[in-house]
Amino acid sequence: MGMKKNYWRRRHLMELFMKTLMRISLVGAAASLGLILWTVVARGLPALTWDMVTQSPKGGFYMGKEGGVLNAIIGSLYLALGGTLLAMLFSLPIALYLKTYLGSSKWGQYVRLSLDVLWGIPSIVYGAFGFTIMIAIGMRASLLAGIIVLALVELPIMVRAMDEVIRRMPADLEQAALALGSTRFEVAMRVVTRQMLPGIVTAILLAFGRGIGDAASVLFTAGYTDRIVTSLMRPTASLPLAVFFQLGSPFPEVQQRGYASALILTIIVLAVSFGSRWLASRLNKYTIK
Amino acid sequence: MDTHIQVKNLNVYYGKQQALKNVNIEIPKKQITVIMGPSGCGKTTLLKSFNRFLELTDGTQITGEVLVDGQNIYDREVDVTEVRKTVGLLAQRPSPLPMSIYDNVVYGMHIHKMKKDRKEYKAAVRHYLEIAGLWDEVGKRLHDPATGLSIGQQQRLCLARGLAVEPEIILGDEPTSALDPISSQNIEARLLDLKQQYTTVIVTHTLRQAKRLADHVIYMYMGEVIEAGPAKEVFTNPKHERTRQYLEGLF
Repeated sequence: MGMKKNYWRRRHLMELFMKTLMRISLVGAAASLGLILWTVVARGLPALTWDMVTQSPKGGFYMGKEGGVLNAIIGSLYLALGGTLLAMLFSLPIALYLKTYLGSSKWGQYVRLSLDVLWGIPSIVYGAFGFTIMIAIGMRASLLAGIIVLALVELPIMVRAMDEVIRRMPADLEQAALALGSTRFEVAMRVVTRQMLPGIVTAILLAFGRGIGDAASVLFTAGYTDRIVTSLMRPTASLPLAVFFQLGSPFPEVQQRGYASALILTIIVLAVSFGSRWLASRLNKYTIK
Repeated sequence: MDTHIQVKNLNVYYGKQQALKNVNIEIPKKQITVIMGPSGCGKTTLLKSFNRFLELTDGTQITGEVLVDGQNIYDREVDVTEVRKTVGLLAQRPSPLPMSIYDNVVYGMHIHKMKKDRKEYKAAVRHYLEIAGLWDEVGKRLHDPATGLSIGQQQRLCLARGLAVEPEIILGDEPTSALDPISSQNIEARLLDLKQQYTTVIVTHTLRQAKRLADHVIYMYMGEVIEAGPAKEVFTNPKHERTRQYLEGLF
Protein backbone atom coordinates (compact mmCIF):
# COMPACT_ATOMS: atom_id res chain seq x y z
CA MET A 1 0.00 0.00 0.00
CA GLY A 2 1.22 3.49 -0.76
CA MET A 3 1.18 4.95 2.72
CA LYS A 4 4.73 6.28 2.56
CA LYS A 5 4.98 10.01 2.57
CA ASN A 6 5.88 11.55 -0.79
CA TYR A 7 7.45 14.91 -0.03
CA TRP A 8 7.19 16.01 -3.64
CA ARG A 9 3.38 16.05 -3.73
CA ARG A 10 1.93 19.49 -4.17
CA ARG A 11 0.13 19.74 -0.83
CA HIS A 12 3.27 18.79 1.08
CA LEU A 13 5.38 21.25 -0.89
CA MET A 14 2.79 23.94 -0.19
CA GLU A 15 2.91 23.25 3.53
CA LEU A 16 6.71 23.28 3.54
CA PHE A 17 6.71 26.58 1.66
CA MET A 18 4.24 28.26 4.00
CA LYS A 19 5.93 26.95 7.11
CA THR A 20 9.24 28.35 5.90
CA LEU A 21 7.63 31.69 5.20
CA MET A 22 6.22 31.84 8.74
CA ARG A 23 9.59 30.94 10.20
CA ILE A 24 11.33 33.66 8.20
CA SER A 25 8.85 36.26 9.50
CA LEU A 26 9.36 35.11 13.07
CA VAL A 27 13.14 35.13 12.79
CA GLY A 28 13.00 38.57 11.15
CA ALA A 29 10.97 40.03 14.01
CA ALA A 30 13.14 38.42 16.69
CA ALA A 31 16.30 39.54 14.92
CA SER A 32 15.23 43.18 14.74
CA LEU A 33 14.45 43.18 18.45
CA GLY A 34 17.86 41.64 19.07
CA LEU A 35 19.58 44.19 16.86
CA ILE A 36 17.86 47.11 18.57
CA LEU A 37 18.91 45.82 21.97
CA TRP A 38 22.41 45.11 20.69
CA THR A 39 22.82 48.62 19.25
CA VAL A 40 21.60 50.29 22.41
CA VAL A 41 23.77 48.15 24.67
CA ALA A 42 26.90 48.22 22.51
CA ARG A 43 26.87 51.95 21.99
CA GLY A 44 25.32 53.00 25.28
CA LEU A 45 27.08 50.78 27.81
CA PRO A 46 30.54 52.44 27.50
CA ALA A 47 29.01 55.83 28.27
CA LEU A 48 26.76 54.55 31.04
CA THR A 49 28.71 55.85 34.00
CA TRP A 50 27.61 56.31 37.58
CA ASP A 51 27.41 60.03 36.88
CA MET A 52 24.79 59.43 34.17
CA VAL A 53 22.21 58.19 36.67
CA THR A 54 23.16 60.34 39.66
CA GLN A 55 23.72 63.83 38.22
CA SER A 56 21.94 66.46 36.21
CA PRO A 57 23.49 67.58 32.91
CA LYS A 58 26.20 70.18 32.88
CA GLY A 59 26.45 72.28 29.76
CA GLY A 60 22.91 73.13 28.73
CA PHE A 61 20.11 71.06 27.20
CA TYR A 62 22.08 67.82 27.30
CA MET A 63 24.66 69.22 24.89
CA GLY A 64 27.43 69.04 27.46
CA LYS A 65 29.75 66.11 27.92
CA GLU A 66 29.59 66.18 31.71
CA GLY A 67 27.01 65.26 34.29
CA GLY A 68 24.09 62.88 33.69
CA VAL A 69 20.42 62.56 32.94
CA LEU A 70 19.02 62.18 36.46
CA ASN A 71 16.64 65.07 35.79
CA ALA A 72 15.23 63.19 32.78
CA ILE A 73 14.93 59.88 34.65
CA ILE A 74 13.03 61.54 37.49
CA GLY A 75 10.97 63.64 35.07
CA SER A 76 9.98 60.61 33.01
CA LEU A 77 9.00 58.62 36.09
CA TYR A 78 6.88 61.54 37.37
CA LEU A 79 5.27 62.03 33.95
CA ALA A 80 4.46 58.35 33.42
CA LEU A 81 3.32 57.75 37.01
CA GLY A 82 1.15 60.87 37.02
CA GLY A 83 -0.27 60.18 33.57
CA THR A 84 -1.00 56.56 34.47
CA LEU A 85 -2.72 57.51 37.74
CA LEU A 86 -4.81 60.17 36.03
CA ALA A 87 -5.73 57.82 33.17
CA MET A 88 -6.68 55.15 35.73
CA LEU A 89 -9.01 57.54 37.48
CA PHE A 90 -11.01 57.88 34.27
CA SER A 91 -10.45 54.47 32.67
CA LEU A 92 -11.97 52.30 35.37
CA PRO A 93 -15.32 54.17 35.46
CA ILE A 94 -15.45 54.27 31.65
CA ALA A 95 -14.72 50.55 31.39
CA LEU A 96 -17.33 49.75 34.05
CA TYR A 97 -19.89 52.00 32.36
CA LEU A 98 -19.18 50.31 29.02
CA LYS A 99 -19.83 46.91 30.55
CA THR A 100 -22.73 47.75 32.83
CA TYR A 101 -24.82 50.15 30.78
CA LEU A 102 -23.66 50.06 27.18
CA GLY A 103 -22.69 46.40 26.80
CA SER A 104 -22.67 45.33 23.18
CA SER A 105 -25.30 47.89 22.18
CA LYS A 106 -24.91 50.25 19.21
CA TRP A 107 -23.59 52.98 21.51
CA GLY A 108 -21.18 50.57 23.13
CA GLN A 109 -19.77 49.71 19.71
CA TYR A 110 -19.43 53.42 18.84
CA VAL A 111 -17.54 54.12 22.05
CA ARG A 112 -15.21 51.17 21.43
CA LEU A 113 -14.62 52.28 17.86
CA SER A 114 -13.77 55.83 18.92
CA LEU A 115 -11.38 54.50 21.57
CA ASP A 116 -9.66 52.39 18.93
CA VAL A 117 -9.37 55.45 16.69
CA LEU A 118 -7.88 57.43 19.60
CA TRP A 119 -5.45 54.59 20.18
CA GLY A 120 -4.21 54.96 16.62
CA ILE A 121 -3.71 58.74 16.66
CA PRO A 122 0.01 59.64 16.64
CA SER A 123 1.13 61.09 19.93
CA ILE A 124 2.55 64.23 18.27
CA VAL A 125 -1.09 65.10 17.47
CA TYR A 126 -1.94 64.76 21.17
CA GLY A 127 1.04 66.99 21.91
CA ALA A 128 -0.04 69.63 19.40
CA PHE A 129 -3.61 69.46 20.70
CA GLY A 130 -2.41 69.92 24.28
CA PHE A 131 -0.19 72.79 23.21
CA THR A 132 -3.09 74.59 21.46
CA ILE A 133 -5.21 74.36 24.58
CA MET A 134 -2.32 75.50 26.78
CA ILE A 135 -1.87 78.62 24.63
CA ALA A 136 -5.61 79.30 24.73
CA ILE A 137 -5.69 79.25 28.54
CA GLY A 138 -2.30 80.85 28.98
CA MET A 139 -0.57 77.86 30.53
CA ARG A 140 3.19 77.28 30.16
CA ALA A 141 4.94 74.00 29.50
CA SER A 142 4.95 72.13 32.79
CA LEU A 143 4.96 68.73 34.46
CA LEU A 144 1.20 69.06 35.00
CA ALA A 145 0.51 69.74 31.31
CA GLY A 146 2.70 66.79 30.34
CA ILE A 147 0.88 64.53 32.79
CA ILE A 148 -2.52 65.56 31.41
CA VAL A 149 -1.51 64.94 27.78
CA LEU A 150 0.13 61.61 28.65
CA ALA A 151 -3.06 60.59 30.44
CA LEU A 152 -4.95 61.30 27.20
CA VAL A 153 -2.47 59.16 25.25
CA GLU A 154 -2.79 56.31 27.75
CA LEU A 155 -6.55 56.46 28.27
CA PRO A 156 -7.70 54.55 25.17
CA ILE A 157 -5.12 51.79 25.74
CA MET A 158 -6.16 51.38 29.34
CA VAL A 159 -9.92 51.46 28.75
CA ARG A 160 -9.80 48.93 25.93
CA ALA A 161 -7.55 46.56 27.87
CA MET A 162 -9.80 46.82 30.97
CA ASP A 163 -12.90 46.43 28.82
CA GLU A 164 -11.62 43.07 27.55
CA VAL A 165 -10.90 41.93 31.10
CA ILE A 166 -14.32 42.93 32.40
CA ARG A 167 -16.09 41.38 29.42
CA ARG A 168 -14.38 38.07 30.07
CA MET A 169 -15.80 37.89 33.62
CA PRO A 170 -17.75 34.61 33.80
CA ALA A 171 -21.43 35.29 34.53
CA ASP A 172 -21.86 32.24 36.78
CA LEU A 173 -19.23 33.43 39.20
CA GLU A 174 -21.27 36.10 40.96
CA GLN A 175 -24.23 33.74 41.25
CA ALA A 176 -22.04 31.03 42.73
CA ALA A 177 -20.89 33.41 45.47
CA LEU A 178 -24.39 34.81 46.05
CA ALA A 179 -25.77 31.27 46.41
CA LEU A 180 -23.52 30.80 49.45
CA GLY A 181 -25.11 33.79 51.15
CA SER A 182 -22.59 36.49 50.21
CA THR A 183 -23.60 40.11 50.22
CA ARG A 184 -23.05 42.04 46.99
CA PHE A 185 -20.12 43.78 48.64
CA GLU A 186 -18.46 40.48 49.56
CA VAL A 187 -18.93 39.28 46.00
CA ALA A 188 -17.25 42.42 44.69
CA MET A 189 -14.35 42.38 47.17
CA ARG A 190 -13.60 38.68 47.48
CA VAL A 191 -14.59 37.23 44.11
CA VAL A 192 -14.88 39.81 41.30
CA THR A 193 -11.68 41.60 42.31
CA ARG A 194 -9.72 38.37 42.48
CA GLN A 195 -10.90 37.39 39.05
CA MET A 196 -10.23 40.74 37.37
CA LEU A 197 -7.20 42.12 39.22
CA PRO A 198 -4.50 40.44 37.10
CA GLY A 199 -5.97 41.79 33.88
CA ILE A 200 -6.41 45.27 35.31
CA VAL A 201 -2.83 45.34 36.61
CA THR A 202 -1.64 44.30 33.16
CA ALA A 203 -3.72 47.03 31.51
CA ILE A 204 -2.24 49.67 33.81
CA LEU A 205 1.36 48.57 33.29
CA LEU A 206 0.86 48.35 29.53
CA ALA A 207 -0.30 51.95 29.51
CA PHE A 208 2.60 52.96 31.77
CA GLY A 209 5.07 51.40 29.35
CA ARG A 210 3.54 53.32 26.47
CA GLY A 211 3.53 56.56 28.46
CA ILE A 212 7.12 56.50 29.67
CA GLY A 213 8.56 55.95 26.20
CA ASP A 214 6.60 58.67 24.46
CA ALA A 215 8.59 61.71 23.30
CA ALA A 216 6.25 63.51 20.94
CA SER A 217 3.41 64.20 23.35
CA VAL A 218 5.67 65.77 26.00
CA LEU A 219 7.83 67.82 23.60
CA PHE A 220 5.60 70.90 23.64
CA THR A 221 3.66 70.23 26.80
CA ALA A 222 6.23 69.26 29.46
CA GLY A 223 9.10 71.19 27.89
CA TYR A 224 12.72 70.50 28.82
CA THR A 225 15.13 71.73 31.41
CA ASP A 226 18.46 70.88 32.96
CA ARG A 227 17.08 70.93 36.48
CA ILE A 228 15.27 68.29 38.43
CA VAL A 229 11.61 69.24 38.49
CA THR A 230 10.34 70.48 41.84
CA SER A 231 6.83 71.66 41.09
CA LEU A 232 3.85 70.58 39.00
CA MET A 233 3.83 74.00 37.35
CA ARG A 234 7.48 73.90 36.21
CA PRO A 235 8.81 72.33 33.01
CA THR A 236 10.45 68.93 33.33
CA ALA A 237 12.98 66.88 31.42
CA SER A 238 12.13 63.42 30.11
CA LEU A 239 14.22 60.48 28.88
CA PRO A 240 12.83 60.20 25.34
CA LEU A 241 13.60 63.89 24.72
CA ALA A 242 17.05 63.53 26.28
CA VAL A 243 17.74 60.76 23.76
CA PHE A 244 16.37 62.95 20.97
CA PHE A 245 18.54 65.97 21.81
CA GLN A 246 21.71 64.04 22.53
CA LEU A 247 21.55 61.96 19.36
CA GLY A 248 20.98 65.14 17.37
CA SER A 249 24.27 66.61 18.61
CA PRO A 250 27.23 66.73 16.22
CA PHE A 251 29.67 65.51 18.91
CA PRO A 252 30.29 61.73 19.03
CA GLU A 253 30.73 61.83 22.85
CA VAL A 254 27.30 63.40 23.29
CA GLN A 255 25.77 60.97 20.81
CA GLN A 256 27.16 58.11 22.86
CA ARG A 257 25.56 59.61 25.96
CA GLY A 258 22.33 59.55 23.95
CA TYR A 259 22.67 55.78 23.54
CA ALA A 260 23.33 55.50 27.26
CA SER A 261 20.10 57.43 27.95
CA ALA A 262 18.27 55.13 25.53
CA LEU A 263 19.70 52.16 27.39
CA ILE A 264 18.39 53.53 30.69
CA LEU A 265 14.94 54.02 29.15
CA THR A 266 15.01 50.53 27.64
CA ILE A 267 15.95 49.02 31.00
CA ILE A 268 13.04 50.82 32.72
CA VAL A 269 10.55 49.68 30.04
CA LEU A 270 11.86 46.09 30.11
CA ALA A 271 11.71 46.03 33.90
CA VAL A 272 8.11 47.25 33.84
CA SER A 273 7.03 44.74 31.22
CA PHE A 274 8.81 41.78 32.81
CA GLY A 275 7.53 42.90 36.20
CA SER A 276 3.98 43.03 34.92
CA ARG A 277 4.33 39.59 33.31
CA TRP A 278 5.58 38.14 36.55
CA LEU A 279 2.90 39.85 38.64
CA ALA A 280 0.11 38.86 36.26
CA SER A 281 1.18 35.23 36.19
CA ARG A 282 1.30 35.13 39.98
CA LEU A 283 -2.10 36.77 40.34
CA ASN A 284 -3.47 34.71 37.47
CA LYS A 285 -2.84 31.38 39.12
CA TYR A 286 -6.34 31.04 40.47
CA THR A 287 -8.47 32.95 37.98
CA ILE A 288 -11.16 31.24 35.94
CA LYS A 289 -10.07 31.18 32.31
CA MET B 1 -45.60 14.14 56.04
CA ASP B 2 -43.27 16.61 57.72
CA THR B 3 -43.29 19.73 55.51
CA HIS B 4 -40.10 21.76 55.15
CA ILE B 5 -40.98 24.15 52.31
CA GLN B 6 -44.51 25.28 51.68
CA VAL B 7 -45.41 27.28 48.58
CA LYS B 8 -48.62 29.31 48.72
CA ASN B 9 -50.27 30.95 45.69
CA LEU B 10 -46.95 31.64 44.03
CA ASN B 11 -47.06 33.60 40.77
CA VAL B 12 -43.92 34.66 38.92
CA TYR B 13 -43.77 36.99 35.95
CA TYR B 14 -40.79 37.77 33.73
CA GLY B 15 -41.90 41.11 32.37
CA LYS B 16 -45.36 40.37 30.95
CA GLN B 17 -44.80 36.66 30.61
CA GLN B 18 -46.14 34.51 33.43
CA ALA B 19 -43.66 31.77 34.33
CA LEU B 20 -45.45 30.28 37.34
CA LYS B 21 -49.23 30.15 37.71
CA ASN B 22 -50.64 29.95 41.20
CA VAL B 23 -48.35 27.24 42.53
CA ASN B 24 -49.32 25.53 45.78
CA ILE B 25 -47.10 22.68 46.93
CA GLU B 26 -45.42 21.20 49.97
CA ILE B 27 -41.93 19.78 50.03
CA PRO B 28 -41.21 17.09 52.61
CA LYS B 29 -38.34 17.28 55.08
CA LYS B 30 -35.24 15.13 54.59
CA GLN B 31 -36.38 13.49 51.39
CA ILE B 32 -35.50 13.97 47.76
CA THR B 33 -38.12 15.84 45.81
CA VAL B 34 -37.74 15.84 42.04
CA ILE B 35 -39.31 18.53 39.89
CA MET B 36 -39.82 17.36 36.32
CA GLY B 37 -41.52 18.46 33.17
CA PRO B 38 -40.76 19.53 29.61
CA SER B 39 -38.38 22.43 28.96
CA GLY B 40 -39.83 25.83 29.65
CA CYS B 41 -42.43 24.48 32.07
CA GLY B 42 -41.14 26.58 34.96
CA LYS B 43 -39.29 23.95 36.97
CA THR B 44 -36.09 25.96 37.31
CA THR B 45 -38.14 29.08 38.12
CA LEU B 46 -39.85 27.20 40.93
CA LEU B 47 -36.49 25.95 42.22
CA LYS B 48 -34.97 29.41 42.16
CA SER B 49 -37.89 30.83 44.10
CA PHE B 50 -36.62 28.80 47.09
CA ASN B 51 -33.30 30.67 47.44
CA ARG B 52 -34.57 34.02 46.16
CA PHE B 53 -32.50 33.81 43.00
CA LEU B 54 -35.39 35.04 40.86
CA GLU B 55 -34.81 38.62 41.95
CA LEU B 56 -31.36 38.56 40.32
CA THR B 57 -33.10 38.89 36.96
CA ASP B 58 -34.40 42.37 36.15
CA GLY B 59 -38.11 42.75 35.64
CA THR B 60 -39.16 39.74 37.70
CA GLN B 61 -42.36 40.03 39.70
CA ILE B 62 -43.26 37.62 42.45
CA THR B 63 -46.51 37.30 44.38
CA GLY B 64 -47.44 34.70 46.98
CA GLU B 65 -45.43 33.06 49.72
CA VAL B 66 -42.62 30.56 50.11
CA LEU B 67 -42.46 29.33 53.69
CA VAL B 68 -39.34 27.60 55.00
CA ASP B 69 -40.09 26.13 58.42
CA GLY B 70 -43.14 28.37 58.50
CA GLN B 71 -41.23 31.59 57.78
CA ASN B 72 -42.05 33.42 54.54
CA ILE B 73 -38.65 34.04 52.94
CA TYR B 74 -40.09 36.92 50.91
CA ASP B 75 -40.99 38.83 54.08
CA ARG B 76 -39.50 42.32 54.32
CA GLU B 77 -37.54 41.66 57.49
CA VAL B 78 -35.94 38.45 56.20
CA ASP B 79 -32.20 38.67 55.45
CA VAL B 80 -31.63 37.26 51.98
CA THR B 81 -28.08 36.13 52.84
CA GLU B 82 -29.51 34.01 55.66
CA VAL B 83 -32.03 32.49 53.24
CA ARG B 84 -29.24 31.52 50.87
CA LYS B 85 -27.12 30.16 53.70
CA THR B 86 -30.01 27.90 54.73
CA VAL B 87 -30.90 26.94 51.16
CA GLY B 88 -27.81 25.83 49.19
CA LEU B 89 -27.68 25.56 45.41
CA LEU B 90 -25.86 23.13 43.14
CA ALA B 91 -25.88 24.79 39.74
CA GLN B 92 -26.15 23.23 36.32
CA ARG B 93 -22.51 23.80 35.50
CA PRO B 94 -19.96 23.81 38.31
CA SER B 95 -18.51 27.26 38.84
CA PRO B 96 -15.53 27.21 41.18
CA LEU B 97 -14.46 30.55 42.66
CA PRO B 98 -11.16 32.02 41.43
CA MET B 99 -9.12 30.60 44.31
CA SER B 100 -7.57 27.38 45.57
CA ILE B 101 -9.50 24.19 46.36
CA TYR B 102 -9.10 24.92 50.07
CA ASP B 103 -10.27 28.53 49.76
CA ASN B 104 -13.30 27.45 47.75
CA VAL B 105 -14.54 25.27 50.61
CA VAL B 106 -13.59 27.75 53.29
CA TYR B 107 -15.10 30.78 51.50
CA GLY B 108 -18.68 30.42 52.81
CA MET B 109 -17.56 29.57 56.33
CA HIS B 110 -15.36 32.68 56.34
CA ILE B 111 -18.02 35.14 55.25
CA HIS B 112 -20.45 33.75 57.82
CA LYS B 113 -17.66 33.58 60.47
CA MET B 114 -18.64 30.03 61.33
CA LYS B 115 -15.46 28.77 63.00
CA LYS B 116 -13.10 30.06 65.67
CA ASP B 117 -9.59 29.46 64.35
CA ARG B 118 -7.51 28.06 61.49
CA LYS B 119 -7.47 24.59 62.96
CA GLU B 120 -11.25 24.40 63.01
CA TYR B 121 -11.48 25.67 59.44
CA LYS B 122 -8.92 23.12 58.30
CA ALA B 123 -10.78 20.28 59.94
CA ALA B 124 -14.06 21.47 58.44
CA VAL B 125 -12.57 21.64 54.94
CA ARG B 126 -11.41 18.05 55.24
CA HIS B 127 -14.77 16.95 56.64
CA TYR B 128 -16.82 18.43 53.79
CA LEU B 129 -14.41 17.28 51.09
CA GLU B 130 -14.79 13.77 52.53
CA ILE B 131 -18.57 14.04 52.47
CA ALA B 132 -18.41 15.15 48.84
CA GLY B 133 -16.13 12.18 48.07
CA LEU B 134 -13.29 14.38 46.92
CA TRP B 135 -10.79 14.20 49.77
CA ASP B 136 -8.89 11.17 48.44
CA GLU B 137 -8.36 12.96 45.13
CA VAL B 138 -7.42 16.44 46.35
CA GLY B 139 -6.27 16.04 49.98
CA LYS B 140 -2.64 16.40 48.94
CA ARG B 141 -3.10 19.44 46.69
CA LEU B 142 -5.52 21.66 48.56
CA HIS B 143 -3.71 24.82 47.51
CA ASP B 144 -3.85 24.15 43.79
CA PRO B 145 -6.26 26.21 41.70
CA ALA B 146 -9.77 24.79 41.67
CA THR B 147 -9.91 25.19 37.91
CA GLY B 148 -7.31 22.45 37.54
CA LEU B 149 -9.89 19.83 38.58
CA SER B 150 -11.96 17.86 36.10
CA ILE B 151 -15.50 19.07 35.61
CA GLY B 152 -16.90 16.18 37.67
CA GLN B 153 -14.49 16.95 40.51
CA GLN B 154 -15.43 20.62 40.27
CA GLN B 155 -19.09 19.75 40.77
CA ARG B 156 -18.24 17.72 43.88
CA LEU B 157 -16.13 20.66 45.08
CA CYS B 158 -19.17 22.90 44.63
CA LEU B 159 -21.17 20.39 46.67
CA ALA B 160 -18.56 20.50 49.47
CA ARG B 161 -18.50 24.29 49.31
CA GLY B 162 -22.28 24.43 49.57
CA LEU B 163 -22.48 21.95 52.46
CA ALA B 164 -19.76 23.82 54.38
CA VAL B 165 -22.13 26.68 55.24
CA GLU B 166 -24.40 24.11 56.95
CA PRO B 167 -27.58 24.49 54.91
CA GLU B 168 -30.78 22.61 55.71
CA ILE B 169 -31.94 22.43 52.13
CA ILE B 170 -29.98 21.53 48.97
CA LEU B 171 -31.31 22.65 45.61
CA GLY B 172 -29.99 21.01 42.45
CA ASP B 173 -30.64 22.64 39.09
CA GLU B 174 -29.98 19.71 36.72
CA PRO B 175 -26.75 19.20 38.67
CA THR B 176 -25.47 16.37 36.48
CA SER B 177 -26.40 17.64 33.03
CA ALA B 178 -22.89 18.91 32.26
CA LEU B 179 -21.15 15.78 33.59
CA ASP B 180 -20.01 12.49 32.11
CA PRO B 181 -21.94 9.33 33.16
CA ILE B 182 -19.48 8.26 35.85
CA SER B 183 -19.34 11.72 37.47
CA SER B 184 -23.13 11.89 37.26
CA GLN B 185 -23.43 8.58 39.09
CA ASN B 186 -21.01 9.88 41.69
CA ILE B 187 -23.10 13.02 42.32
CA GLU B 188 -26.30 10.98 42.45
CA ALA B 189 -24.74 8.64 45.00
CA ARG B 190 -23.77 11.66 47.17
CA LEU B 191 -27.29 13.05 47.02
CA LEU B 192 -28.75 9.70 48.09
CA ASP B 193 -26.24 9.52 50.97
CA LEU B 194 -27.11 13.01 52.10
CA LYS B 195 -30.87 12.78 52.06
CA GLN B 196 -31.09 11.61 55.66
CA GLN B 197 -29.68 14.96 56.75
CA TYR B 198 -30.88 17.42 54.16
CA THR B 199 -34.08 18.27 52.39
CA THR B 200 -33.17 17.95 48.73
CA VAL B 201 -34.95 19.40 45.71
CA ILE B 202 -33.68 18.45 42.26
CA VAL B 203 -34.75 19.67 38.86
CA THR B 204 -34.12 17.15 36.12
CA HIS B 205 -35.16 16.55 32.57
CA THR B 206 -34.15 12.91 32.54
CA LEU B 207 -36.91 10.62 33.62
CA ARG B 208 -34.55 7.81 34.56
CA GLN B 209 -32.66 10.06 36.95
CA ALA B 210 -35.97 11.15 38.47
CA LYS B 211 -36.90 7.51 39.05
CA ARG B 212 -33.52 6.73 40.63
CA LEU B 213 -33.59 9.65 43.05
CA ALA B 214 -37.11 10.69 43.86
CA ASP B 215 -39.03 10.07 47.06
CA HIS B 216 -41.47 12.74 46.07
CA VAL B 217 -42.32 14.09 42.61
CA ILE B 218 -43.68 17.34 41.26
CA TYR B 219 -44.75 17.34 37.63
CA MET B 220 -45.11 20.72 35.93
CA TYR B 221 -46.44 21.84 32.60
CA MET B 222 -46.69 25.38 31.19
CA GLY B 223 -46.03 27.07 34.53
CA GLU B 224 -48.52 25.00 36.47
CA VAL B 225 -48.07 22.13 38.88
CA ILE B 226 -50.06 19.31 37.27
CA GLU B 227 -49.38 16.63 39.82
CA ALA B 228 -47.40 16.22 43.04
CA GLY B 229 -47.07 13.28 45.38
CA PRO B 230 -44.96 10.34 46.56
CA ALA B 231 -42.76 8.98 43.77
CA LYS B 232 -44.26 5.48 43.92
CA GLU B 233 -47.77 6.74 43.34
CA VAL B 234 -46.91 9.24 40.62
CA PHE B 235 -44.69 6.88 38.66
CA THR B 236 -46.93 3.80 38.87
CA ASN B 237 -50.34 5.35 38.93
CA PRO B 238 -50.42 8.98 37.76
CA LYS B 239 -53.75 10.64 38.37
CA HIS B 240 -53.46 13.11 35.56
CA GLU B 241 -53.56 12.36 31.84
CA ARG B 242 -50.65 14.76 31.07
CA THR B 243 -48.39 13.15 33.66
CA ARG B 244 -49.14 9.72 32.22
CA GLN B 245 -48.29 10.93 28.72
CA TYR B 246 -45.02 12.48 29.94
CA LEU B 247 -44.01 9.32 31.77
CA GLU B 248 -44.71 7.26 28.67
CA GLY B 249 -42.54 9.58 26.68
CA LEU B 250 -45.34 10.82 24.45
CA PHE B 251 -43.95 14.37 24.51
